[in-house]
Amino acid sequence: MMQMTGAELIVRLLERQGIRTIAGIPGGAILPLYDALSGSESIRHVLARHEQGAGFMAQGMARVSGRPEVCFASSGPGATNLVTAIADARLDSIPMVAITGQVPLSMIGTDAFQEVDIYGMTVPITKHNFLVRSAIELLEVIPQAFHIAISGRPGPVLVDVPKDVQNQMVCFEDFPEPAVSAAAPALDMAAIEEAARMIDAAERPALYLGGGVVHSGAAQQAVALAEQAGLPTTMTLMALGAMPIDHPLSIGMLGMHGARYTNFVLEESDLLICVGARFDDRAIGKAVQFCPKAKIIHIDIDPSELHKIKAAHVAINGDVAAVLEALLPRVKVKLRKRWLSHVESLKSRFPMQMPGRDDPRTHYGLVHAVAAALDDEAVITSDVGQHQMWVAQAFPFRRPRQWLTSGGLGTMGFGVPVALGAALAAPDRTVVCFTGDGSFKMNIQELATLAEEGLNVKIVLMNNNSLGLVYQQQSLFYGKRVFASKYRGEPDFLKIAEGFGIAAVDLDAAANPRATLAQALQTPGPCLIHVSINREEFVFPMVPPGAANTEMIGG
Amino acid sequence: MIEQVAEPLQQSGFAKVVLELEVNNHPGVMSHICNLFARRAFNVEGILCMPMSDTSKSRIWLLVFDDQRLEQMVLQVEKLVDVLSVRRHGAEHEVFDRLERFFH
Ligand SMILES: Cc1ncc(C[n+]2csc(CCOP(=O)(O)OP(=O)(O)O)c2C)c(N)n1
Repeated sequence: MMQMTGAELIVRLLERQGIRTIAGIPGGAILPLYDALSGSESIRHVLARHEQGAGFMAQGMARVSGRPEVCFASSGPGATNLVTAIADARLDSIPMVAITGQVPLSMIGTDAFQEVDIYGMTVPITKHNFLVRSAIELLEVIPQAFHIAISGRPGPVLVDVPKDVQNQMVCFEDFPEPAVSAAAPALDMAAIEEAARMIDAAERPALYLGGGVVHSGAAQQAVALAEQAGLPTTMTLMALGAMPIDHPLSIGMLGMHGARYTNFVLEESDLLICVGARFDDRAIGKAVQFCPKAKIIHIDIDPSELHKIKAAHVAINGDVAAVLEALLPRVKVKLRKRWLSHVESLKSRFPMQMPGRDDPRTHYGLVHAVAAALDDEAVITSDVGQHQMWVAQAFPFRRPRQWLTSGGLGTMGFGVPVALGAALAAPDRTVVCFTGDGSFKMNIQELATLAEEGLNVKIVLMNNNSLGLVYQQQSLFYGKRVFASKYRGEPDFLKIAEGFGIAAVDLDAAANPRATLAQALQTPGPCLIHVSINREEFVFPMVPPGAANTEMIGG
Repeated sequence: MIEQVAEPLQQSGFAKVVLELEVNNHPGVMSHICNLFARRAFNVEGILCMPMSDTSKSRIWLLVFDDQRLEQMVLQVEKLVDVLSVRRHGAEHEVFDRLERFFH
């Protein structure tokens, strides 16, 4: 018979689940849990400076490792501060378990100090959530939370634990087994055979990879399929790295800021094989005009994604790695010389243009210079805005989980705490965060956490002293009525970094920016690398909002 | 920028469907289900929920219109962890008819 408090039980269950690092911030309603955590020998706590930072650190750990990770917050404002990071994890299918303190059960519903209904608030942004009503329930709830977070399509789960439940004594015989993920759906062999026949019969097939390929660890199978069947392969923002960008079959990222030729190849395709992607509007533009000539094979672990935006001719519900594995031996080897040489000609006629790529003080040049100073082991994170798109367009991603970005929610403030999480989970890797001055200020407080942990995180700040992507939209689509997108003040980011105890270099002032950059990236420990970027540089090419992917402007 | 805003979908022209859900019986289940319909502006015409003989479970009856979003709606309901099964019946199902006398 074992006896312990609910709080101790949570800590033991997290230890048994293999959790080694938890990011969070304490407060009254979660103090029993923090007290129990202080006694843990295997779990290390990282004290964030804002709960959103803690949520994104957990995400960074999960995005790098593929494992579910944990964050803690107190009740009320602590819990509400987590909301954005949870919603972000939901939209990008990231496995995460958020544990929040709650006011004691007897006070729930009384508007007690720091009481909010975080359970109610997180219903639409979690895969599932729990309000724990007695300590004994934790024996089921904690393993189930992990099981749900990692099974099928991954996602965030919230567990709200009232303070008295944390303090309640429980007696029980045995610990439950740590959670494992549910078995994948059975393979639909008839559909897989049909898909193989369609691939063999197609003249101009294209492969369209989404984040599901990364989550499922199916990059190798996806590349093998492309090579075997001669498939030009496009990736969504979430899938960059699934196929190395310099692979001869890669046609890069599709959609709003993809290269023109990529969208043209898809336009001409007669078969689209969509693997672990969800026909997001930023990727496909106007849905009715996307791949108008193509039949569609759609493979996804989430049945509700099939036929959601585009009706599929063959829809296969399953783990994409397992489905591709079964598909491979059934697909004929094809060279597809005609189609692939046509793809090449589209590529040379409508290539991705990257002006300034040799000058490390321009946007594309900077991204290239950073890439040149790193190897493929580095992890790259981004914030949200123009800089994010420039990195997506220009950085040579070559492996899955190399690129961590906020795709579905597009959350400014994502980059720095996710980089910290990545560095916590993968301390041997260099982690580089590309950020903009607007996004940087949204979680800038985590510089304190970064300095304290001394992580190997380099922040490349592309400073245009504006909300660049907003400025771009107003300039292009709102008659140049620029409003609320240019900053009037101009903080000294170098001093700010130094104030937090973080080394900083300014490429603007460097005599040899390439050398200064390489040196900063190669010196272990945190560093801010500042570069001014011309505000008049826009992300091109671009599909205007509401247009079809083939109606691009610029570039 | 001028955008075409879609007219709210007129549901009344569509046939009615009765959905029968078997769910776990604990506080919060109804909010998970109602939330799904509410945020998609999918009107639930009728709703009835009672514990089953095994009181750890409840049966929920929903009366909805069979518009083109119903398919996706059902798939989303099936994804909820506390929803154990979803069955579809035609409008001729008597559960809501029998309740009529409490309302009219
Ligand atoms: C939290 C949040 N608020 C607002 C937005 C809308 N938004 C998208 S990009 C952007 C500007 C980003 O500016 P910055 O980080 O400086 O990057 P830049 O576009 O200049 O490279 C804004 C305000 C957002 N994506 N996230």
